[in-house]
Amino acid sequence: MSDDDSVIGGIATHFALLSMMAIGGGVIMLAPDIQRYVVDLHHWITAEQFAAAYTIAQASPGPNLLYVTLVGWWAGGWAGALVATLAIIVPPATLTLVLLRASRAGGVSRFGRALQAGLVPVSVGLLGAGGFVLMKSVDSDWRQVAISCIAVLALVKTRINPVWLIGAGAVCGIVGLV
Amino acid sequence: MNPLPGPHAPSTAPSSAPAQHAEVRVVATEPGGEPATLGPAALFIVFSRMALVGFGGVMPFAYRTLVERRRWVSAQDFASMLALAQVLPGPTICNLSLMIGWRFAGLRGALASLSGMLAGPIAIVLLLGYAYQRFGDIALVHDALVGMGAVAAGLLLSTAVKMALAVFAKERGFASTASTAVIAVAAFAGVGLLRYSLIVVVLVLAPPAIFLAWRQLK
Repeated sequence: MSDDDSVIGGIATHFALLSMMAIGGGVIMLAPDIQRYVVDLHHWITAEQFAAAYTIAQASPGPNLLYVTLVGWWAGGWAGALVATLAIIVPPATLTLVLLRASRAGGVSRFGRALQAGLVPVSVGLLGAGGFVLMKSVDSDWRQVAISCIAVLALVKTRINPVWLIGAGAVCGIVGLV
Repeated sequence: MNPLPGPHAPSTAPSSAPAQHAEVRVVATEPGGEPATLGPAALFIVFSRMALVGFGGVMPFAYRTLVERRRWVSAQDFASMLALAQVLPGPTICNLSLMIGWRFAGLRGALASLSGMLAGPIAIVLLLGYAYQRFGDIALVHDALVGMGAVAAGLLLSTAVKMALAVFAKERGFASTASTAVIAVAAFAGVGLLRYSLIVVVLVLAPPAIFLAWRQLK
């Protein structure tokens, strides 16, 4: 925390730029670059702090982009937390709102409907890929893979609330099953 | 011409949805069949709830709440909004919140949904960050996190499986089913197995996918 103004200015501009490149969800994509910027380049926080911020955000409920809030906090105090969060969220949200507003006039043309219907299988495939990649990155041995697969089966076959499964996962971890 | 969902009143006019193509415009009903009131306040509360139970990512919970439980959007509508939310820059879940909020209550609805998605989780992350600074890492916590992470990964995959099942259940005819399957598998393989950039995969697959859908529309 050398010079607060430059920390906050740096976070604001760099994170805002990054936010517009986060296509496809982005949290996994942006993390390495954010780490490079705040840890390696500027030494605002340590690598250990970065890893902790990432893990805490993954383990908390809510969008898992919120590790940027902790990174901002530990790098630049409360102002850093606020600026980091806004910089990641506001630019892309503004773009989405502008597009939604522009679409207001458009009726449901044949092309519009084709666009919607055509993107459905693409989306299903991408979501599957996201789950698969996440499994490969968090499951480091066969027992964790087994837990993930059991979770998939339970969720597809039953209407169990996922929160219970997450709790069961925590118990498995604590008693040393994984 | 534009695919983004426009705002319109959700509560009336049960649409007699054309069987094949997800033209299911919004019919918002509670499970009991009651029309839901979807002002900004209601959106804020529902999105907050989804966000606060959304361990390991909110998407599976958003699907469960919006499609399966409250039936505010059909599986097909959810998938096509999700595709746009993924392609637009920014966090997917935030874009999706904006789109769904906008559909029900315009700009105020969009902002209410996004705020609901973020407010509670930010408070929790800050609290946990504070706890981490105070108490450091405890082995017990670490072990619990490993187990939770494995379940969370399964959660995301199960959402994809459920969405695929819902989409294929609506397909009619061999050609249409086969082309849908080929495109879904290609998207999965491109990003999941070959690790191509998502942008490249979408740019390559979207044109033929949209063309096929266009031909099938009357």
